[in-house]
Amino acid sequence: MDWGSILNNTLAGFLTPTTIAFALAALGLAMHFGFAGLLNFGIAGFMAIGGYGYAISVLTFGLPWWAGMLVGVLGSVVFALILGIPTLRLRGDYLAIATIAAAEIARLLFLTTAFTDVTGSADGLFGFNSRPDGSGFQNSNPIPQGTYGFGPFTYNEQTLWVLVFGLIVLTVAVWFLWALMRSPWGRVIKGIREDEEAVRSLGKNVFAYKLQALVIGGVFGALGGIIYTAAQNISPGVYVTSLTFFIWTSLLLGGAATIFGPVIGAVIFWVIQAFLSNLLPALSTSGILPVSTTQASTLRFVLVGIGLMLLVIYRPQGIFGDKRELTFVK
Amino acid sequence: MKFLLDDTRRRVLRIILVALLAVFGGLSVSAPALGDSVGEEYSATVFGNVKVDGEPIAGVRIVVDGGGYTAETVTDSDGRWSIGVPEVRNYNVTLDESTLPEGISVLEGGATQEVEFGLTDRVAKNFFIGEGERNETSIFDQIVSRFIYGINFGLMLGLAAVGVSLVFGTTGLSNFSHGEMVTFGAVAALIFGVGLQLPLFIAIPIAVALSAGLGWSLDAGLWRPLRKKGLGIVQLMIVSIGLSLTMRYVIQFVIGGATEQLPGFDSPKINLFGAVALSSTDLMSMGLSIVVIIAFAYWLLRTKTGKATRAISDNPDLAAASGIDVDKVIRIVWIMAASLAGLAGVLWAYFRPGIKWDMGTQILLLIFAAVTLGGLGTAFGALIGALIVGVLVEMSGLIIPADLKYVGALVVLIVVLLVRPQGLLGRKQRVG
Repeated sequence: MDWGSILNNTLAGFLTPTTIAFALAALGLAMHFGFAGLLNFGIAGFMAIGGYGYAISVLTFGLPWWAGMLVGVLGSVVFALILGIPTLRLRGDYLAIATIAAAEIARLLFLTTAFTDVTGSADGLFGFNSRPDGSGFQNSNPIPQGTYGFGPFTYNEQTLWVLVFGLIVLTVAVWFLWALMRSPWGRVIKGIREDEEAVRSLGKNVFAYKLQALVIGGVFGALGGIIYTAAQNISPGVYVTSLTFFIWTSLLLGGAATIFGPVIGAVIFWVIQAFLSNLLPALSTSGILPVSTTQASTLRFVLVGIGLMLLVIYRPQGIFGDKRELTFVK
Repeated sequence: MKFLLDDTRRRVLRIILVALLAVFGGLSVSAPALGDSVGEEYSATVFGNVKVDGEPIAGVRIVVDGGGYTAETVTDSDGRWSIGVPEVRNYNVTLDESTLPEGISVLEGGATQEVEFGLTDRVAKNFFIGEGERNETSIFDQIVSRFIYGINFGLMLGLAAVGVSLVFGTTGLSNFSHGEMVTFGAVAALIFGVGLQLPLFIAIPIAVALSAGLGWSLDAGLWRPLRKKGLGIVQLMIVSIGLSLTMRYVIQFVIGGATEQLPGFDSPKINLFGAVALSSTDLMSMGLSIVVIIAFAYWLLRTKTGKATRAISDNPDLAAASGIDVDKVIRIVWIMAASLAGLAGVLWAYFRPGIKWDMGTQILLLIFAAVTLGGLGTAFGALIGALIVGVLVEMSGLIIPADLKYVGALVVLIVVLLVRPQGLLGRKQRVG
């Protein structure tokens, strides 16, 4: 077994566009669930709308990349409003079912052959990051061609540009959430999570606050989808409900009601994923694990499921969370 | 809590062990060979059956093309053909009329027809061939035919939905792992019906019994200890998501990523009246669902346990105070929910057709739609909701593209939440 390459690939999981995308989406969920107490099981839908909004506006409408990304973000705002206005007055588990259904509707609309010209159907879309007319995201890459970094952290100029851009977006998002949560607005939001009736009796419009929280978290989710899409092609097969559940796992791992928890949770999730996806097939080929290689790679998702169950049962506040901050543990 | 862990682990190990025995013990669970198959390396399949007046025709050339992919095959002695395709998209299927016997041709839609995939990755394409007059399917016949299909689908959905509703009513849990309980029933039927070659009338009851065992062990090993631990309903919901992921990938671990078939999935369609054609499996499926649903209704309305179940749904504290053993009833509810889900899984395997590791996930949201439409926690509401969702999904195929027909049901789910969140039969105070 090649421990060197396993270690190398595991370390590489620390910093990839996917890790940053997960961190952003988990940050959105932290806003929704951790701070506002909203059960959003449709974060994959927000990501899909962000990613597709960006890709479609570049390919179909010929917008420059930054305008396309803006369209993706606006799309998620509209999605949050459409979703929130009917459902936010309902109890938590209704919201959970409504959001997961809305995310599936979004995915099926991107998947259907009825709109192949625009969405590319099951094939997805490609060729939007570099444009022949120079308006693409990679066309604006200020980093000269070459290979950068060392060891497991070696990137070409394209990946490095996505990483730099993604880290800037992530930093701004973390700062924004941090500032928001220590503002009066954030205190009202946490108050709604703790006791909705009490906040309402203080004359606050609980519904409006929840809707604002849904929109802000949704924008973080869309930014996650955009960063993910900026690094590769987009295809509807990514935005399945499992993606939502994996992001939930990242969030709960780090701590739902924390600022840095979702980011660290996403990093831990992907480092473990990278480790297992390299270790398990290697164990299988070297005969230590008596299963086929395909089965060995399936095992890591079994472990994610078991891990999620154990986490919620024994440490629902996550690694960095404070148990008093979690009203979902009654 | 150590007990819980041990039990869960032991159970998972047991499931894996049983499955490994089945897989490695030479009991191959591969699908029966389907005619002359090409492109078997792909997971998506277009398949069909060429027959004239019930007589199979061998050696008919079939070509599938689309998206830069072309493959062809000829029908086998049973008239069957199957072509693997690399992706789920629309394909043109051409039947080479020069390879048909003298005087026989494609009567309807031309020799080249388009197929589109629904939610599954298998799609059947049968050509209407024969000699004589063209036989147009009128729009009325199409409506009737799809309505009956929808009832069939709705009945199956209802079997799965009452379980979700009962569990929600008695424990407050929205069980996201219910879809995997559906898959479990189908996989058990596959292992015993195809792997062990038992006849179906034995394999299906075994599958249902194993599903009941799954329900029992899930409650005994997981849900009851968690109730005792006092986990909140949101926590329980997330645990059910973890369980759903675990079970889904354990099933993929065992049966792999391909689609398997139960015996008799391609039984010929019988023309009933007009353009309404149902296979014997469809008819048996509907009959079985109706019988089981009536038995279930009798249980819920007339027996002592059924009444206790409804009492707990109404008010658990009052029920406990009046001497009902709440834990025992919840145990029975889990067993009931799992066996009905297992049976629904077998029927869903025939309806799709095919057994795949993520088949339960595909249907979970439709189950939720049915339950919400009928009113969360009301068993009969779930049945009515399931029938409406089933008919709606099938009928909407007349107006919107086939791969969007599930969107209709999900839109209805959200609209119901908007205008009548308590559902058709629910009561308003359930909606906090």
